[in-house]
Amino acid sequence: MDTSITLTVDGSEHTLDVDTRTTLLDALRERIGATAPKKGCDHGQCGSCTVLLEGRRHLTCLALAVAHDGDEIVTAAGLTGSAADPASRGEDALHPVQQAFLDHDGYQCGYCTPGQICSAVGVLDEAKQGHPSHVTDDLEVGGDVELTDEEIRERMSGNLCRCGAYVGILDAVRQAAGQTPGRGVDPARHTHDHETEGAR
Amino acid sequence: MKELTYVRADDAASAVATVSADPHARFLGGGTNLVDHLKLGVATPSTLVDVSRLPLDTVEVLEGDRGGLRIGANVRNSDLAAHPVVRSTFPALSRSLLAGASGQIRNQATTGGNLLQRTRCVYFQDVTTPCNKREPGSGCSALEGYGRYNAILGTSADCVATHPSDMAVGLAALDADVVVLGPDGERRVPLADLHRLPGHHPEDDTTLAHGELITAVELRGSELTRHSTYYKARDRASYAFALVSVAGALELDGDVVRDVRIAWGGVAHKPWRATVAEQALRGEVYSEDAVRAAAAEELRAAETGDDNAFKVAMVRNATALVMHQLASKQQHPQQGGTR
Ligand SMILES: Cc1cc2nc3c(=O)[nH]c(=O)nc-3n(C[C@H](O)[C@H](O)[C@H](O)COP(=O)(O)OP(=O)(O)OC[C@H]3O[C@@H](n4cnc5c(N)ncnc54)[C@H](O)[C@@H]3O)c2cc1C
Ligand code: SF4
Ligand code: FES
Ligand code: FES
Repeated sequence: MDTSITLTVDGSEHTLDVDTRTTLLDALRERIGATAPKKGCDHGQCGSCTVLLEGRRHLTCLALAVAHDGDEIVTAAGLTGSAADPASRGEDALHPVQQAFLDHDGYQCGYCTPGQICSAVGVLDEAKQGHPSHVTDDLEVGGDVELTDEEIRERMSGNLCRCGAYVGILDAVRQAAGQTPGRGVDPARHTHDHETEGAR
Repeated sequence: MKELTYVRADDAASAVATVSADPHARFLGGGTNLVDHLKLGVATPSTLVDVSRLPLDTVEVLEGDRGGLRIGANVRNSDLAAHPVVRSTFPALSRSLLAGASGQIRNQATTGGNLLQRTRCVYFQDVTTPCNKREPGSGCSALEGYGRYNAILGTSADCVATHPSDMAVGLAALDADVVVLGPDGERRVPLADLHRLPGHHPEDDTTLAHGELITAVELRGSELTRHSTYYKARDRASYAFALVSVAGALELDGDVVRDVRIAWGGVAHKPWRATVAEQALRGEVYSEDAVRAAAAEELRAAETGDDNAFKVAMVRNATALVMHQLASKQQHPQQGGTR
């Protein structure tokens, strides 16, 4: 059965006829040509298809396109300029999270990267809203969450990287979160990073 | 995937009417389990009635001296875990939600869908293998196959699968009620009675009739629920289903156990309320040995194979750990944190 749906993707509106069985991921990639979200596992297990849906990080492989008729989606490609900072709409400036992944080599082959980046944007926003995680010690302390290394690792655990670029990914998210290196886990390993941070 | 008709429900009653009238229709929540099953061929509905946009998306704080909550079925797992009253009055619920899935999935998954997610038994998800739950009468591949995640309590010769939800285990320890809307109106089901043991009908996960819609979950707060937490043992530190898990609540009066709740995950076809262990502890002087003895009593009925025998000791140790955390927080209240 075909149904007409409208999706706003990275700021532009698309109306298309989709079979009801089409996933949001396939609609984005195969129909709209938004190829930033990647198909890794297609079963919710790897996070490479992550986008921001109505402003929150969300998988697209376990979602039907028809169920998201009318929704607004921002992919990692759409973060550049506009979504990050409405004032810079139309400019080529990188989103601070994108810049951080570049600064810290938060990837190797790059396949998981668009999902990692959208997920990291979601993590920063959830932390700002005071959302706790599995490793948050005291649930009753509300407000801004301090993104220690342990918190970042836990909150990013829905995004796998087959290349194992986790060290760079952690460094990138830490920079985007405005944290100094090494807090939470194994501070000794990051002493050097800390000293050279300004020089990067 | 089979051809599908998709309907976005306008209101709960019409959603119930549509699904009740059609044996091949199913409700769609966040889709994180059902869409996976469509792809795997495990679920083959002809119609999906999308209930995820019904206005059942608020957490209402109920009046009363202890405080209670009415959680709409569409409240997302992440929002529920972050709700201030859940964090303060029902910490086992926050903890159990945060121990499950990933940040993305918790943003997408609904309270109703989480309760009704189906087993992760590898054979259930693989349509090329016999499975009584997926195809009644075809046999159970897990009995002689990969058994690491198999149940140890309340199993039957027809199915040894475990219920996968962390949240449901938290809710079981908190004595939650599930509010259900059917063609004849609303009813309340205690969470402990929502899921069933497999018996000869492992195809039925729950006691709900086809077409009954979960609209809310209700909780009543107390000193006991305030002193609750959740522990999950798994094969990796994050983003993995439970081997075993324990939701506990403990209220001490000096050294004496005034009241206690223990629910286990990863051990049975449903969240397992350890009522034998609770009964053994209530009114007794709290000690780790007493907790271990009580857990051992509950586990006397356990049946294990080579692959899952470890679960007996693991769930006993996890229970001791959870109770120790809760007891020491009451005996030394200045030390925060119940993780
Ligand atoms: C990779 C991965 C890892 C995961 N890890 C964990 C984990 O560690 N712990 C854990 O607990 N869970 C885990 N999950 C499962 C996840 O929590 C569930 O998939 C999710 O909670 C289901 O909610 P949903 O809204 O997406 O349900 P859906 O997939 O939409 O629906 C699930 C079922 O519920 C029915 N349904 C939905 N809403 C209602 C309603 N209101 N009334 C009646 N029936 C309804 C549907 O018909 C369907 O049968 C994981 C999932 C994935 C993909
Ligand atoms: S344990 Fe249950 S779900 Fe798994 S194969 Fe056997 S019958 Fe199927
Ligand atoms: S492709 Fe969606 S989680 Fe792997
Ligand atoms: S960079 Fe290759 S998968 Fe992550």
